[in-house]
Amino acid sequence: MTGRLWKTAPRLAVAAGLGVAVAFGAAGAVAETPKKGGVLKYVVPAEPPSFDGHRETTFALIHPIAPFYSVLIRVNPDNPGSPTDFVCDLCTEMPQASDDGKKYTFALRKGVTFHDGSALTAQDVVATFEKIINPPEGVASARKAFFVMVEKVSAADDHTVVFDLKYPSGAFIPALANPYNFIYAKAKLDQDIHWYEKNVMGSGPFVFKERQPGALISGERNADYYHEGKPYLDGFEAIFAKKQSLRVQAIRGGRAAIEFRGFPPKSRDDLKKALGDDITVQESDWNCVLLATPNQKVKPFDDPRVRRALSLAIDRWGGSKYLSEIAIVKTVGGVAFPGHPLAATREELEQIAGYWPDLEKSRAEAKRLLAEAGASNLKFTVNNRAVDQPYKIVGTWLIDQWKQIGLEVEQRVQPTGPFYATLRQKKDFDVSIDFNCQAVVNPLLDVSKFISGNRSGNSYGGYEDPEVDKMFDAMNRAADPAEQRKLMRAFEQRVLNDQVHSMITLWWYRIIPHRSEVKGWKISPSHYLNQDLSGVWLDG
Amino acid sequence: MTVSQIEVGAEVEDLVQRAPWPVLLMDMIRRKPLGAAGAFIVVFFILIAAFANVIAPYDPTANAFDRMHMAPGAEHWFGTDQFGRDLMSRLIYGARTALFVGFVAAFVGSTLGLVLGVASAYFGGLFDLVLQRIMDVFMAFPLIIMALAVVAILGSGIQNVIIAITIPFIPHCARVVRSSALSVREIPYIDAARACGFGHSRIILRHMVPNVMAPYLIMLTAFVGQAILLEASLSYLGLGVQEPTPAWGLMLQGGAEEYAESAPWIAIFPGLAITLAVFAFNLFGDAVRDALDPKLRSQ
Amino acid sequence: MYKYTIKRILLMVPTLFGAAVLVFFLLRLIPGDICELRLAGTGGYVDDEAVKICQQENNLDKPQYVQFFDWIAGFARGDLGTSMWTGQPITHEIALRFELSLQVAIMATVISILLAIPLGTISAIKQDTWIDYVVRGFSIAGIAMPSFWLGILIILGLLITTQAWFGGAWMPPIHYTPIWEDPVANLSQLIWPALATGYRYSAVATRMTRSAMLEVLREDYVRTARAKGLKEQVIVNRHALKNALLPVVTVIGIEFAFLMGGLVVTEQVFNLNGLGKLFVEAVTNHDYTLTQSLVMLVALIFVVTNFLVDLLYAWLDPRIRYS
Repeated sequence: MTGRLWKTAPRLAVAAGLGVAVAFGAAGAVAETPKKGGVLKYVVPAEPPSFDGHRETTFALIHPIAPFYSVLIRVNPDNPGSPTDFVCDLCTEMPQASDDGKKYTFALRKGVTFHDGSALTAQDVVATFEKIINPPEGVASARKAFFVMVEKVSAADDHTVVFDLKYPSGAFIPALANPYNFIYAKAKLDQDIHWYEKNVMGSGPFVFKERQPGALISGERNADYYHEGKPYLDGFEAIFAKKQSLRVQAIRGGRAAIEFRGFPPKSRDDLKKALGDDITVQESDWNCVLLATPNQKVKPFDDPRVRRALSLAIDRWGGSKYLSEIAIVKTVGGVAFPGHPLAATREELEQIAGYWPDLEKSRAEAKRLLAEAGASNLKFTVNNRAVDQPYKIVGTWLIDQWKQIGLEVEQRVQPTGPFYATLRQKKDFDVSIDFNCQAVVNPLLDVSKFISGNRSGNSYGGYEDPEVDKMFDAMNRAADPAEQRKLMRAFEQRVLNDQVHSMITLWWYRIIPHRSEVKGWKISPSHYLNQDLSGVWLDG
Repeated sequence: MTVSQIEVGAEVEDLVQRAPWPVLLMDMIRRKPLGAAGAFIVVFFILIAAFANVIAPYDPTANAFDRMHMAPGAEHWFGTDQFGRDLMSRLIYGARTALFVGFVAAFVGSTLGLVLGVASAYFGGLFDLVLQRIMDVFMAFPLIIMALAVVAILGSGIQNVIIAITIPFIPHCARVVRSSALSVREIPYIDAARACGFGHSRIILRHMVPNVMAPYLIMLTAFVGQAILLEASLSYLGLGVQEPTPAWGLMLQGGAEEYAESAPWIAIFPGLAITLAVFAFNLFGDAVRDALDPKLRSQ
Repeated sequence: MYKYTIKRILLMVPTLFGAAVLVFFLLRLIPGDICELRLAGTGGYVDDEAVKICQQENNLDKPQYVQFFDWIAGFARGDLGTSMWTGQPITHEIALRFELSLQVAIMATVISILLAIPLGTISAIKQDTWIDYVVRGFSIAGIAMPSFWLGILIILGLLITTQAWFGGAWMPPIHYTPIWEDPVANLSQLIWPALATGYRYSAVATRMTRSAMLEVLREDYVRTARAKGLKEQVIVNRHALKNALLPVVTVIGIEFAFLMGGLVVTEQVFNLNGLGKLFVEAVTNHDYTLTQSLVMLVALIFVVTNFLVDLLYAWLDPRIRYS
């Protein structure tokens, strides 16, 4: 990675900021004065494993636990739609890199206290990042690799934290803004490094109240919160409800005001129809993409012609129109998050197999390729995850798409555990539904999903393609955004068109229909971001 | 043959000689109206399943995105689902899946139960003791949880679903068969057969099995309905038959539930189909039990 | 009686041990493990080292027989260990859910008795009349209806009717409040699943009541009572019902045991945070320690209930204990 991406950030941030301002102007909304009080009830699809954000990776941890903690920096809560706008939480000012982009110095707020009353100092921040970046033997840190560029974290004094990097990197600031980097108290970590797995004690807007196993996690207002006047809520209740239908009904029946992951469009329409103005809808592109990955260790999927035929059969433009009415997917896109400056335009996409505007031509070509490869009557099984949205819905749709070029495809649906055992250990699948879902939008790193299996922790196609790896590295070392963009197109062409290492179906689309009394919450392109609830308030 | 079976046989023969079949049918409806109703519905479902490809108006798996969530009407009698598929066609083909799973699971489960039950009773001693303890273990395991584990291990194809449903049936049937077989074993003619030097298999097959046919048939008919229900439950939990295979339980899962308020037909018709089928098998099963179990016979 | 009791208690031991072996190895046959699921199942970046550390923490790197004996030894000491998923003590994880499941089981059993005994009795007295047919149809419909479907219909019905009558949709609470904290919130959540399951489980008990009554009504002493000119109502209530209840008690007892861990699907529909839902979650999370403890708990409830039912039977009917 280079420092260039980060250097382009301010410009992008301004553009994104303008977009939001326009939206507000158009809505004619005068900024309302937040009201204080009330308890926000929201539903969460799963219960988090431990309480420790440093070692877990699920959003189910973020939704109920993030409100208890502070972070050093974060996405701008007033502009969470921008992938490049980061602001301070505990620090006082976003620092400029010094020492040729290798040193970042953060000045911390003074007078911040943990919920137990002890002062939060630079030592706590250092201890936190030490745990994340250099965990002691036997301590798991899920995002250690995000910080490979960090040489050293140190406290210059009680209110100054310094990060020294090995080399300048544009990936550093987005990594630092990762919402899982909760600031823990050094005293607790010294006492027991595993303490935070089973306990909650932060400095965030809410104080931990209780956990009812399997049912809910609740918090109360932190009266000593350092952001003036916040939080507005008296407290919150995060209620676990695994079934999506029940979560929709909970909002319908007033048992919860909001769900922060996302509902399918039909549920939005149903809620809107039933509750009218009592429902407000927020929508955004989502930094998650659903893929279909052929296993190149299995015949005939080792033949690029067959893989290309499979991709050609998929009517992405049509799917975007129809499938988006029933599933949480919508946007046609390439390897990079649509809407990011590095993403392909529609004209660029239409050059890629399976994205051609002429569907008949695509399918004819698919049949021709299959015949040429001697796989016209191919029968195979698609491995899928036993989760409805969007996996099974899209899986069912894909089967119908492939049926139209004469392929007979069956679906093998497995619970999440066996599903990942198939992808990661047994590798005994023909084609598998697969997905890539990241928190902070960072296409340069996010596309590591498509590099060779021996280099990426989550590339499951069973291929090694040094060409792709070379392109990935070049892209990350490129200085100029225009150059990055060019390299990204070449990478995309290779991955999706020439080799078809993976088929991008559709990007997810995040729809949050919530009770209109919930104010001050803004949707972001990731269900991991902007969830500390400090700015949320209830109207009425 | 047990007394009851001989009696049933005699009655039927009697009727056959006495009356043409419409009269016979009327007589049965009069004497066992619930059982007759059950039998009619069962036959109805069997016919639907057998001729699904003739009856179904549409391809049950073809997506039609221009007709998603259509309410019941002239074109689609039962409406369409979220993929625009015709619900009636899916229900008709779903009968195939349901009956296939129901009959195979019930037959295999109760037959294995029969074999184990009779063997346990016949050999007795340590064999019986150990086998019964194993059966105890399986009985103490809740049905659906056993099925959950089996599907998680084997995957969720239709044959694995059948295996998952069959396993818990075996001990239930074995237990019942064993207790009937125990009483048969003490009957002198078994001793006589042994004295004649007949082999174990011959004695078991020729002498013991026919005598426990009544409880076996009762269990068999009772299991069919249970198997259909279990398959639906597993599908509902996302562990049963998978899309796009038409199956009733599967049709109730996901979209059906989520959109129940705006498109209730997707949730109502498959539920009705399951209820009706299981209801019929239960009525029929009760009639079989009444006919075969002399203690419960009405005079 | 004493000897019989001892024998029955001793027979419970191999059953429980067998259940322990079965669940232990069954779980480990399911492909995948909790650490892969937890760290790779979220679709983002996967740190293979973190996965390995997680496996070590949960003893998954040890040979299976070591894991088995560790577990059995802990179990014998009364130490259930901690859940692999949350790291919290299993007793803590189970306590609240046990309370909920117990309450639903009791309520459902009461509902099922209230339905079964009068319906079964009427059905027997009016044998082979239309009343008999309607009652039997009603109770068989209860078994025939998938419980989750009934649940869906109940929730949907509540939403629609409250919307139509009161102008605002109402649905049952979606998380549990103990009855002593807020009986209204508690009952307004639990009454619906209790009704759905109670109706369902009344079917078997109704049939049992009916056939037991039919048998008893043919007994000599009932004929004698009739011959004495006693009123039919007195005969049924005083003589017949009392004697017919024995097999009904058995059925209800066994069903109660089943209800404690078997409401897997119903709990899903109503988002009831009970043992059945925990079971599904523990199995899908590959939380071995928790699933093992749950299976042992459910198996224990099952064998103990069976034991108590048998004991009651033996106590009420001396013929059994001497046979």
